[in-house]
Amino acid sequence: MGFFIETLIGGLMAGMLYSLVALGFVLIFKASGVFNFAQGAMVLFAALAMARFAAWIPGWLGIDSLWLANGIAFVLSGALMFVVAWLIERLVLRHLVNQDGATLLMATLGIAYVLEGIGSSIFGSDIYKIDVGMPKEPVMILEGSFEGGLLINKEDFVAALIAALLVGLLSLFFQKTATGRALRAVADDHQAAQSVGIPLNRIWVIVWCVAGLVALVAGIIWGSKLGVQFSLATVALRGLPVVILGGLTSIPGAIIGGLIIGVGEKLSEVYLGPLIGDGIEIWFAYQLALLFLLFRPQGLFGEKIIDRV
Amino acid sequence: MSREFGDAILDLRHVSLAFGGVKALTDISFDVREHEIRAIIGPNGAGKSSMLNVINGVYRPQQGEIILRGQRFTRMSPYKAARAGISRTFQNIALFKGMSVIDNLMAGRNLKIRSNLLQQAFWWGPARREELAHRAKVEEVIDFLEIQHIRRTPVGRLPYGLQKRVDLGRALAMEPNILLLDEPMAGMNVEEKQDMCRFILDVNDQFGTTIVLIEHDMGVVMDISDRVVVLDYGRKIGDGIPDDVRANPDVISAYLGASH
Repeated sequence: MGFFIETLIGGLMAGMLYSLVALGFVLIFKASGVFNFAQGAMVLFAALAMARFAAWIPGWLGIDSLWLANGIAFVLSGALMFVVAWLIERLVLRHLVNQDGATLLMATLGIAYVLEGIGSSIFGSDIYKIDVGMPKEPVMILEGSFEGGLLINKEDFVAALIAALLVGLLSLFFQKTATGRALRAVADDHQAAQSVGIPLNRIWVIVWCVAGLVALVAGIIWGSKLGVQFSLATVALRGLPVVILGGLTSIPGAIIGGLIIGVGEKLSEVYLGPLIGDGIEIWFAYQLALLFLLFRPQGLFGEKIIDRV
Repeated sequence: MSREFGDAILDLRHVSLAFGGVKALTDISFDVREHEIRAIIGPNGAGKSSMLNVINGVYRPQQGEIILRGQRFTRMSPYKAARAGISRTFQNIALFKGMSVIDNLMAGRNLKIRSNLLQQAFWWGPARREELAHRAKVEEVIDFLEIQHIRRTPVGRLPYGLQKRVDLGRALAMEPNILLLDEPMAGMNVEEKQDMCRFILDVNDQFGTTIVLIEHDMGVVMDISDRVVVLDYGRKIGDGIPDDVRANPDVISAYLGASH
């Protein structure tokens, strides 16, 4: 029992990170109907910026404190993601309004390459570490309730907590503020949003900024765990099955989809692995997504796709 | 009925609109005076919706200009129109379906919001007070339209007649100078039509809002409009007070003629 719960918790924590990446896809898709293939590149770019700024700042400003240096690096990287969002809207999206979905998808594919290229030429292409002072050692909890207690990885726990906090803050922002309301309005109906004077261009910049911020947080967590390297951009591809499962248009769907995939991966690896061979973790999410595409293409929470003929 | 009108608040001059080779509007001119209820009628495909979309900036006419309170617009956009005090409803209802009635109306107040993103994000005092002031205004609109009981319901779940009313509410929440109504009575039963007529007349009377409305059905429109423009095949075939329009032979043949 204890082991099962440990696996479950491990899955939930990994899942929370998938949710974070998926959230980036959903935000942009809802607001602008663009499937943003560059989300992974944004995660990489943000993580690179964070890693390099954190390394450079003590030299630039003569600061010793790790916390302060990381704090300034976070703000700088956030500002950089804002500039990236603004440039993407200015240089790409603005000129592609009302174009076909496939055209926009290809455009984001282009953005992905540009971001990766610029990222490596500014920040270099080595493997960097992000050290934000995440606790690395595992802890035992609930030793009284279970035989042997539960072994929890503290780093995963903190990461999941940060992810949950970010998701919570974002949903508050969406539900409670005037700008959040405008974002939801644009997601619901472009034409009507324009008729009440909501400027679409500004909303797109804001949405890409929020997606950039989410990418930054995801990048920091992944980067602190695995190191910042180019494979980070492909980690974001794990967000794809999550959005297929949860539905491309649903924020709760992205979160729950991420959790399901995280848990499913871990449980199937542990309990099915011995029966059908290891490595399930690698393909599990994609198989699940395939099943969903066959039987429930709109995902768990997505809007039903009805085309008028 | 003695009604006082101001000067022309909206003036359309020689507007022509084509989609590819298909002419939707040909050389249309008419004006709308402050405080009046101006109807645009015509059979199906006459170009009524295109006309409204031109005023609102959704379509850009190839020729002609829009003069709004003395200001010339050759390139109108929905955003500019909203800024200039024009709000509209939609024939096929374009509400924010996932949002509650209150949120839909609050979205209508978007242009009046002064606090910036950061102030809102930190739920800062002035931003919060502003939100409450807008909320009070929205509640007035809700009372006016008698939709108190559904204020927290997601709009997508409401029946059609009520959605139409919320659509009107969102336009009113903008406190427009000019209200464009795209077939406000379409698809309604008699009782709902009567309610809608009453609201239109009350808006015009109590808030002094100038109203431009499109209707397919001649009957209701003739009763509530001050002046009527009649379109057919994208051309203007009549313009004047309802009694004159009703007697106009071109209008009669457009509505009853063998060609339709």
